[in-house]
Amino acid sequence: MRLINRRPGRVLTAFLAALPFVLVMLAYMVGSDIRLAENPSDKLMPAPAQIAATAERLLTEPDRRSGRILFWYDTAVSLKRLAIGVGLAASTGLIFGLLIGLLPHIRATFSGFVAVISMVPPLALLPILFIVFGLGELSKVVLIVIGITPFLIRDLSQRTLEIPREQIVKAETLGASTFTIALRVALPQVLPRLIQSVRLSLGPAWLFLIAAEAIASDLGLGYRIFLVRRYLAMDVILTYVIWITLLAFMIDWALKVLARRAFPWTGASL
Amino acid sequence: MSFVTVRDLFQSYGGRPILERINLEVEEGEFVSIVGASGCGKSTFLRLLLAEEQPSRGDIRIAGAEPAREPGRERGVVFQRYSVFPHMTVRENIVAGDSFTRPLGRFFGAARRAALRRADETLARIGLAHVADAYPATLSGGMQQRLAIGQALTARPRILLLDEPFGALDPGTRLSMHDFLTELRAQTGMTVFMVTHDLEEGFKLGDRVIVFDKPRWDPTDPEAYGATITYDFDARNGGIPFQTIKEETHVLRPA
Ligand SMILES: Nc1ncnc2c1ncn2[C@@H]1O[C@H](COP(=O)(O)OP(=O)(O)OP(=O)(O)O)[C@@H](O)[C@H]1O
Ligand SMILES: [Mg+2]
Repeated sequence: MRLINRRPGRVLTAFLAALPFVLVMLAYMVGSDIRLAENPSDKLMPAPAQIAATAERLLTEPDRRSGRILFWYDTAVSLKRLAIGVGLAASTGLIFGLLIGLLPHIRATFSGFVAVISMVPPLALLPILFIVFGLGELSKVVLIVIGITPFLIRDLSQRTLEIPREQIVKAETLGASTFTIALRVALPQVLPRLIQSVRLSLGPAWLFLIAAEAIASDLGLGYRIFLVRRYLAMDVILTYVIWITLLAFMIDWALKVLARRAFPWTGASL
Repeated sequence: MSFVTVRDLFQSYGGRPILERINLEVEEGEFVSIVGASGCGKSTFLRLLLAEEQPSRGDIRIAGAEPAREPGRERGVVFQRYSVFPHMTVRENIVAGDSFTRPLGRFFGAARRAALRRADETLARIGLAHVADAYPATLSGGMQQRLAIGQALTARPRILLLDEPFGALDPGTRLSMHDFLTELRAQTGMTVFMVTHDLEEGFKLGDRVIVFDKPRWDPTDPEAYGATITYDFDARNGGIPFQTIKEETHVLRPA
């Protein structure tokens, strides 16, 4: 039997899915063991037990100066920045994507412009953002918006263009105006794509958020990681990294479930 | 003057002629089947009838009106695929036939309830009442085409354009779709243009069968000339009206 036709059973699938995680954990544990055996005060690869202890401390003990549990505070601040940035980018992307996809005049005006703009590396603009918007919340949100909006616009305009011509013509023969076609034919079919595009752009969004926080901030997950780097506090960094990964994964999963619940007509195609 | 008048119609794409010198007169209520080789421009002709594109030369008038510049409610259409809205349930697809003219493309309140009732009547008539809440993707090909025809008719178009509507269906489903279409046509008395690759289907359903072909043919450059109407058959009585005995012959005929 060909390899492409061999499929693992249910138990084997679960085992295979868990395997890389277990292997990475094992590799880390062995590495950490070896280093700690050589030098008990080694800080580079703290023992898993120590990471767990640090994590517990971070999650439960309030900061001595402010009395706040910084871990949750950082999380809330970062998530808020992320949500505002991604939300703004998604709405802009949706509106422009629909306009560019549906209206030839808008397409002629903007599609070349957006293609060029999306080539500008957003991080190179970061100094300009700090100069223009200051070091406050705004510049971090703007970086996320600038970073992912061009991609969203391009992706969603492409999806709008991919709606079969037949459907648009059909709507016209039913007497629909341009606005009705946008509202009742294009928008509902592009919304599931919007969720998919947002899922794809969450990776870059986190990147821009952490970069902005690392450079100029006094709160947030990215800020904390770069702060404790000075003390080589690998246990704290790893806790935060694992937490960020978990957050990103959960947001992605939630969006996937949302897409499936909200758009039952897409069936298995998502 | 006839209902649909096509006068001296030419269409070319990028200098390549597709249709040449098409002249056609169709009476209101006639069913015209269009046949011809693949790629000879039947769908192009339908797109011109639909006013989805403009001809290079000539014009198409309906009931003597100025040539239309874009598709509208007076021309309904059913394509081979993608004719219904995948994100709406079967019932909503029918309601859309009425509600798309509203400002937001929707009915509200009492108007919505009335529209839903009318949609359910239509669904019962086209035999889709039992799947009213399903999405089109879950329907069979025949049911989707029935829905597409029902939706197009909800808008009460004056002419209905069908581009190989039954091309993807199995022979059995096709036959029941023929009955379905014949019945609907008897009820509405619409003018219909139907492109088909099935001659038998064309003669069975049509009052006329027109054939598209290239009258001139350059063997070194097959694309040098476009197609036109080369035959125009009277297809009533199964395409053999001239064999119907008109006079009383007083001859014993088998009972
Ligand atoms: N928008 C267009 N631009 C350029 N060429 C086109 C366009 N639309 C159609 N054509 C060409 O016109 C010719 C006729 O196409 P059309 O789709 O009308 O053929 P058809 O008779 O419907 O064929 P089929 O039976 O396969 O559906 C084809 O050669 C096609 O490549
Ligand atoms: Mg065709």
